[in-house]
Amino acid sequence: MNEFIEKKVRLTWHEPKRSYDVVIVGGGGHGLATAYYLATRHGITNVAVLERNYIGGGNSGRNTTVIRSNYGIPEAVRFYQRSVDLYKSLEQETDRWVMHKEKGLLWLAHTEAGIRAERARASVNTAFGAKTDYVGPEEIKKICPQLDLTGAGVWPIVGGSYHHEGATARHDRVVWAFAEGAMQRGVHVHQRTAVTGLLKDGDRVTGVVTNAGPISANIVLSAVGGHVTTLGAMAGLRLPIRTHPLQAYVTNHYAQQFDAIVASTALLFYASQTARGEMLIGAEIDRQPSYSYRSGHHLLQSCSHRAITLLPFLRDLRVLRQWTGVCDMSPDYSPIMGKTGVDGYYITTGWGTWGFKAIPASGEQMAQLIATGETPALIAPFALDRFAKDRTLADRGSAGTH
Amino acid sequence: MNIHIPCPHCGPRPIQEFVYGEIPDVPATITDPDARDLDRAFMRKNPEGPTVERWFHTYGCRRWLTLRRDTRTDEILA
Repeated sequence: MNEFIEKKVRLTWHEPKRSYDVVIVGGGGHGLATAYYLATRHGITNVAVLERNYIGGGNSGRNTTVIRSNYGIPEAVRFYQRSVDLYKSLEQETDRWVMHKEKGLLWLAHTEAGIRAERARASVNTAFGAKTDYVGPEEIKKICPQLDLTGAGVWPIVGGSYHHEGATARHDRVVWAFAEGAMQRGVHVHQRTAVTGLLKDGDRVTGVVTNAGPISANIVLSAVGGHVTTLGAMAGLRLPIRTHPLQAYVTNHYAQQFDAIVASTALLFYASQTARGEMLIGAEIDRQPSYSYRSGHHLLQSCSHRAITLLPFLRDLRVLRQWTGVCDMSPDYSPIMGKTGVDGYYITTGWGTWGFKAIPASGEQMAQLIATGETPALIAPFALDRFAKDRTLADRGSAGTH
Repeated sequence: MNIHIPCPHCGPRPIQEFVYGEIPDVPATITDPDARDLDRAFMRKNPEGPTVERWFHTYGCRRWLTLRRDTRTDEILA
């Protein structure tokens, strides 16, 4: 039931000023959430968010909206659990219905090695604050009756982990909720404003050059999806990022309820049901590094083939739409947040295929970094200099699917 | 549309038969050997536009080929 009274989203637009305290490049979830938390938690409202197209039009509008914290390493479990908690209270806080729905997430094992991996996942999750249990085939069948436990005789489901707080939300509404909340408190958001260069004083970044003229700022935050390497190069940075397309698709309406989100690392796919009843299916990234939004028949074919081995009812559905986003992949499959070594230039990137679920926590922590100048403990392990320090955060929990 | 890579031995084949290989590109401005190793291991040029790259035909002739491709459009360039 919709307990929130739906009101028209009130977005207010302004002419760009020539100077702000903080300029955030990228008007997706991460950029807008950072602006929102700067305004609400730290009272910093002389902030501009620059978006080269329209807000939420990049990967914030192209993801598969899964929210979870069942990662494989302590640093990630803590961080994403913060995000899961913030998502839970987001509707109350912003007074916006973002269609947040807790569904539970089943991560399936098909082999003995898979069972060990899911047991390990459940243990590390429980130890660091996420609610995940190991479950056997009988419980799995109860949670998701549509699953074929024999896996079409090829990929038997022998166990899995059940992440109780796995959820989904409507991605556009999340973006608008943050945008509206930030705008109400005086943050400027400028759409169709592309950053073409950076203003520099020596090595220090002092602002941005846009198609609407130069804008100076004390701090520039790169919250860009996709083109982060190009922007980083303007600041003199080399980044450990490679950008790959990721495709997903939905079927037509499935007339039964499909409660859980189901994922399989071995079969490289995951499925959930949208609020409209469509089955949403996603898979792994495309193999070529690319900024192209093109999608192809091959993904539909190979992914559907894998999906129907576990969810045979899918064979009666039809593909309705397919789309593509681009993922900034870091070498260790963990995000990169914080200072960059360039004065006045902060970064939040490496959001690969796990960006949507991190929006509130990343926004909150980046806002704290900008407001205090100190890197919060929660995101300190994700700093860019971890590669030079040999402190990479290889995470099996994030690799593979979403 | 699926991408087809023109393999000199096998003709145009779907990209799923190939494995991507990056051509390392450590800028000459980095001179410290440790810094060069770090850059070689982790940093990426991640180019936006025409680029030259290597592909290995895993499910075919099992040979490397060199390809020019535009990363904005995935168009294969001559």
